[in-house]
Amino acid sequence: MSKIAKPFLGLWLSVVIIVAFVFPIVPVPEKWYEFPMIPGLENRARIIFFHVPMAWTAVMAFIVSVGYGIRYLAKKDLADDLKTAASAGLGFLFCALATITGSIWAKFNWGSFWNWDPRETSIFALLLIYGAYFALRSAIDDSEKRATLSAVYSIIAGVTVPFFIFVMPRIMAGLHPGSEGSGDSGPLLGGTINVTMRIVFYSSLAGFVGLYLWMLSMRIRLEKFEFQRSVLKK
Amino acid sequence: MTARSQILGWTGGTWTIFVKDFRSELRTRYALNALIMFVVTTLSIILFALGNESASAELLSGVLWIIVFFSAMSGLSRAFVSEEERGTVMTLHLIARPSIVYFGKLLFNLILLVMINLLTVVLYLTLVTNFVIRSYDVFIMTMTLGTMGLASASTIIAAIIAKANVKGTLFPVLSFPILLPLLLTVIKATQLSVDGAAFSQAAGEFRVLISYLLVIITTSYLLFDFVWKD
Repeated sequence: MSKIAKPFLGLWLSVVIIVAFVFPIVPVPEKWYEFPMIPGLENRARIIFFHVPMAWTAVMAFIVSVGYGIRYLAKKDLADDLKTAASAGLGFLFCALATITGSIWAKFNWGSFWNWDPRETSIFALLLIYGAYFALRSAIDDSEKRATLSAVYSIIAGVTVPFFIFVMPRIMAGLHPGSEGSGDSGPLLGGTINVTMRIVFYSSLAGFVGLYLWMLSMRIRLEKFEFQRSVLKK
Repeated sequence: MTARSQILGWTGGTWTIFVKDFRSELRTRYALNALIMFVVTTLSIILFALGNESASAELLSGVLWIIVFFSAMSGLSRAFVSEEERGTVMTLHLIARPSIVYFGKLLFNLILLVMINLLTVVLYLTLVTNFVIRSYDVFIMTMTLGTMGLASASTIIAAIIAKANVKGTLFPVLSFPILLPLLLTVIKATQLSVDGAAFSQAAGEFRVLISYLLVIITTSYLLFDFVWKD
């Protein structure tokens, strides 16, 4: 399975990356390989192919992590805890990547690295939650206690994250497309991007999700070996 | 009498746990003394830092919640940590159901935080002259809901960290991401009260605070069993 998955994933993402950078952006796209020009963004619009899938994958990893946490509390199977930790680790990685790419992009498009835009604040909160989650895990020695408490914490953190959607637009206006008050539903849901851009975006999203799943399966295998080694040591 | 009837009931049990904690607190005054000194110390640092500067009321409403947040962080973890330290967890397991322990501790933390916040607000309003509240109804509602939300979220986090090895530093680290939506909302609502906004203008903030409170208490109630039982 993984013998086919690895080269396929590598090829898929390479094609996505090349296409995302090479296809020209023109005012009125006529040929199938041309991207439309979005006023005010020009070539900077290409971030949508990398930054957005990263952020979505980070959120997905968090949801998967909370899901396995709930399953651990229901079944008390330590294998679920390994999956929770593995998914949280990857979620943190994707979250950090989305933050860094977004921040660099914001410098060139909005003028500063950080603006406390609603989505920037939400991803900052997600980073803090991951940080707190790993701090909690490293503070407990007993593996069952660690599994239970970190699962409970991730669920409590999970129920507070949606509040940012309601809280933040009241505090400051969004800079991201699709924010409340920007007047449209964003390039993905609105009509500012064409079919080619949409296909490349969803291919990239599929590639990133595939990358996440492949890395997750590797991490779970690794954590299982380490768990078995620690059992054998005792 | 059967063993079953000796297990504490809902309201009575919550009240009993609260009275037990309150009495033991009055005997030692460990948390209360430390908290009062914490508030006084922090406030004096802020006053020194402000000096003769005239800071805007918007900025000062954020500073007020910094004091409230960190005083809550320094005092509220005691409720569960002291049970672990004194080895009285097993006794509580015997006499009461987990949810009753949770609500008793929540009530104790809430009363403690109400007392501390009253002190903080009175001192802050008298000493920080630039901080003038124009609409008191918005301010009182914000303080009430903010205190309740702060107490409810920190109670469940206190229960979690009481089982961990390093307790002190972990508490603010774990609480901050959970409390961030609450803090942003109360700071915004306090700014509204300083600006003299009408009650209806802050209704959106209050709705967020009330739903936050309900979500946190419900989740804590559902999950407390897992934390409390080893």
